[in-house]
Amino acid sequence: MKHWITTTDHKRIGLLYFWTAFCFFLIGGLEALLIRLQLAQPNGHLVSAETYNQLFTMHGTTMVFLALMPLSASFFNYIVPLQIGARDVAFPRLNAFSYWVFLLGGLLLNASWLVGPLFQAPHLNVAPDGGWFGYANLTERQFSPGPNIDFWLLGLQILGISSLAAGFNFIVTILNMRAPGMKMLRVPAFSWMTLVTQFLVITAFPVITVGLVFLMFDRFFGTHFYVTAAGATPLLWQHLFWLFGHPEVYILILPAMGIVSEVLPTFARKPLFGYTVVVFSGVLIGFMGWGVWSHHMFSVGLGPIADSVFAGTTMLIAVPTGVKIFNWIATLWGGDIRGTTALHFAVGFIAMFIIGGLSGVTHASPPADLQQTDTYYVVAHIHYVLFGGTVLGLFAGIYYWWPKMTGRLLSEPLGKWHFWLTFLGMNLAFFPMHLIGLLGMPRRIYTYSPDLGVSALNLVSTLGAFLIAVAILVFLVNVLRTRTHGRPAPNDPWGGATLEWSIPSPPPVYNFSVIPTVANRLPRWKTEHHEPMRDPPAVPPAPIHVPDGSWWPLVAALGLPVLALAPLTHTLWLAFLGAAILLVGIYRWAFEPFDV
Amino acid sequence: MTHAAATHHTSMGLDSRKMAFWAFIGSECLLFTSLISTYLVYKGRSVVGPSPHEILNIPFTSVSTFDLLMSSLMMVLALAAVQRGDMKWGKIWLFATALLGLVFLGGQVIEFTEFVHKGLTLQTNLFGCTFFVLTGTHGAHVTVGVLWLLTLWVRALQGKLGPGHALTVEITGLYWHFVDVVWIVIFTVVYLIQ
Amino acid sequence: MAEGDHPKEQAHPTAETYLRVAAALVVLTVLEVGVFYVPAFHPVLVPTLLVLSALKFSLVVLFYMHLKMDSPFFSFLFGAPLLLATGVLVALLLLFFGTLTLRGAAGGG
Repeated sequence: MKHWITTTDHKRIGLLYFWTAFCFFLIGGLEALLIRLQLAQPNGHLVSAETYNQLFTMHGTTMVFLALMPLSASFFNYIVPLQIGARDVAFPRLNAFSYWVFLLGGLLLNASWLVGPLFQAPHLNVAPDGGWFGYANLTERQFSPGPNIDFWLLGLQILGISSLAAGFNFIVTILNMRAPGMKMLRVPAFSWMTLVTQFLVITAFPVITVGLVFLMFDRFFGTHFYVTAAGATPLLWQHLFWLFGHPEVYILILPAMGIVSEVLPTFARKPLFGYTVVVFSGVLIGFMGWGVWSHHMFSVGLGPIADSVFAGTTMLIAVPTGVKIFNWIATLWGGDIRGTTALHFAVGFIAMFIIGGLSGVTHASPPADLQQTDTYYVVAHIHYVLFGGTVLGLFAGIYYWWPKMTGRLLSEPLGKWHFWLTFLGMNLAFFPMHLIGLLGMPRRIYTYSPDLGVSALNLVSTLGAFLIAVAILVFLVNVLRTRTHGRPAPNDPWGGATLEWSIPSPPPVYNFSVIPTVANRLPRWKTEHHEPMRDPPAVPPAPIHVPDGSWWPLVAALGLPVLALAPLTHTLWLAFLGAAILLVGIYRWAFEPFDV
Repeated sequence: MTHAAATHHTSMGLDSRKMAFWAFIGSECLLFTSLISTYLVYKGRSVVGPSPHEILNIPFTSVSTFDLLMSSLMMVLALAAVQRGDMKWGKIWLFATALLGLVFLGGQVIEFTEFVHKGLTLQTNLFGCTFFVLTGTHGAHVTVGVLWLLTLWVRALQGKLGPGHALTVEITGLYWHFVDVVWIVIFTVVYLIQ
Repeated sequence: MAEGDHPKEQAHPTAETYLRVAAALVVLTVLEVGVFYVPAFHPVLVPTLLVLSALKFSLVVLFYMHLKMDSPFFSFLFGAPLLLATGVLVALLLLFFGTLTLRGAAGGG
């Protein structure tokens, strides 16, 4: 137990990220099921309007910040150091700090479901209820007097710190910890996409931090950042939020694109088609992702020039995305294809992401967007991108790297069931939403009238959602079965080209008995010019120093939720206590004897 | 900070801590830009007074600006001293940097108090909101910097900070100078361009 | 840490350079405040102040933060987000202050 709490090993932290994020994924999924039950038929009365608001807010917030981002982070942690031939990340204790801050921030956000009585409110009544993009001025104290929005803004502030710390860490890790000979254009596509993602994180998160600080000051200290009566405009929030929010979309999708770029070549036994182009498209997407944010705000009425500019940039960003899609398809073309579960999910990703991408392009046209804004059409789009894209991509990664991370192979037959149920379920759940939206059903309204003519479509959507739930249960059965019955994994169960497959599954604590020297981009494959590299010896020829664990990242992280409790409970001394814990943690951490 | 800096090979031949710190500074650029942008887009939108030209005291703040610039000079002199192994002057310059930082903070306290007396609080109008949050965030950064510098100074007094830690001093300096350049921008954009 | 470990990071400037830069910074600050008080400058006050401020900014970043001598990669790590931040600032100013004009261009829409 102590070894897990004090661990600085990137592999253990990766597993901690995985299981924590997966639990939050299940919680977010339960929230989705409740939403779908409520909407299964017109005039539903399973939950009240207030509870419904909390359900969709927490579903969105949980899935984005507590499930998808940290599930990607679990692969950043576990896989990136192995792919680049490193023994750990650049700052192992900072890595532990990121994890603990993430866990505590997630717990704080979700505590809002349970602590209603402490705030003189019934159960289920203090969870955030302003939507995942928390539009001002609905979120002002005047319109949202309870602690609901406080939980949301404080929770997101804490989670931002976790993401930023991880961002700096992984940028330095990928740039500076590569094995000898691994030039930047020999870095595997997944690690490349991780790098681009982290640059987006360190530039986008400060912006939402500022937006949230303004909101915090408005709610606690009586400022007027979003108060129209004082001359302010709620548009400021929208700009700050979407300046962050659009890069965030790419923070969510680029890692999945990276995973797919690893899975396809392995199971087509062909190098990634146009590796360099795929990498630079990713970089380009990262840059262009900064220039499209106002397309979330067309309905504001920004004027024809702003609308035209952002419509143009939005259509342009489809180009590098399309380039990647063609490269993936060309990778499969003529390949020696093995239809593993991982490949199923990766191909599913391509197909579903194309649909999500195309509906995204329809939003790029302001006149069309005005019809779509705030309808279920947008909900359909975001779910094709984030479920059809990110979640399928992450499952491809889970099936691909599970043997490396746990030492056992997941069952392929159960995996196929998992895939097909997911695929069927998601299309049943999300495709009808396009029609529901175009027929005029607004999102975020807790019920609808039978006269709207969308009852049958909604029922289909709900059935699809439950099919996804069944698929997730099949996955959990697969995981449990694999713990005892799974086939033990050799070093390289798939014939992969990258370094993580050259070492045991799971890898020893030091990863590489000898740090490999990389001579080409596909070190473990035989090519025209290169013989495959020799795997590092099973036993290290010389003793390898492994750093001890540390308590201080956890202590420092504990200071943050204590700090957040101060405004939540209007207790000043908690602020001093939190700051003191944070300071003690940082000082002990800084002066700890810790030889890497 | 105490442990011997890792001297193993890095792929780019650059120190990892320094690289992480530059990335952090890059990230901070976006933080301060968001604050400054907000100040600018809300300029002239306040529905009640006072407005900037009734409040801001240019001579006073010019002295603060000069003080912070001089602290940056002290900081580079401290780094130069530590790098050549002159810990005596290293300690003096480190302490001088922190002291000038404290003077700046003292100036900010006096300035804020004076503004409140003139009728500008955090809650008065949009100018108050954006001004205090922007300069307050900067002040918080200066406070962290002063704590950091004093920590180094105490370590130096204890004999635990030597020429081997020049990189630590350099990174502290990067932070300190960054806080200084942010002030250069704030002084121009907020104080002089009214 | 031995200097030899980091061949790409060149030697830092001497105390003399630091003092010269400080003198330049002081002169520029005096100029800034001076320009502010001279009525003749009022038509060009904003661009003048922005240029002076940018000069000070560059001096500190290039010499005190060593970007002039240090690895160009650090300049990238700082410069790219700085460029992005400037773009965001300009875009926001255009979006907020351009609104009326843009609507006017559309014919009073």
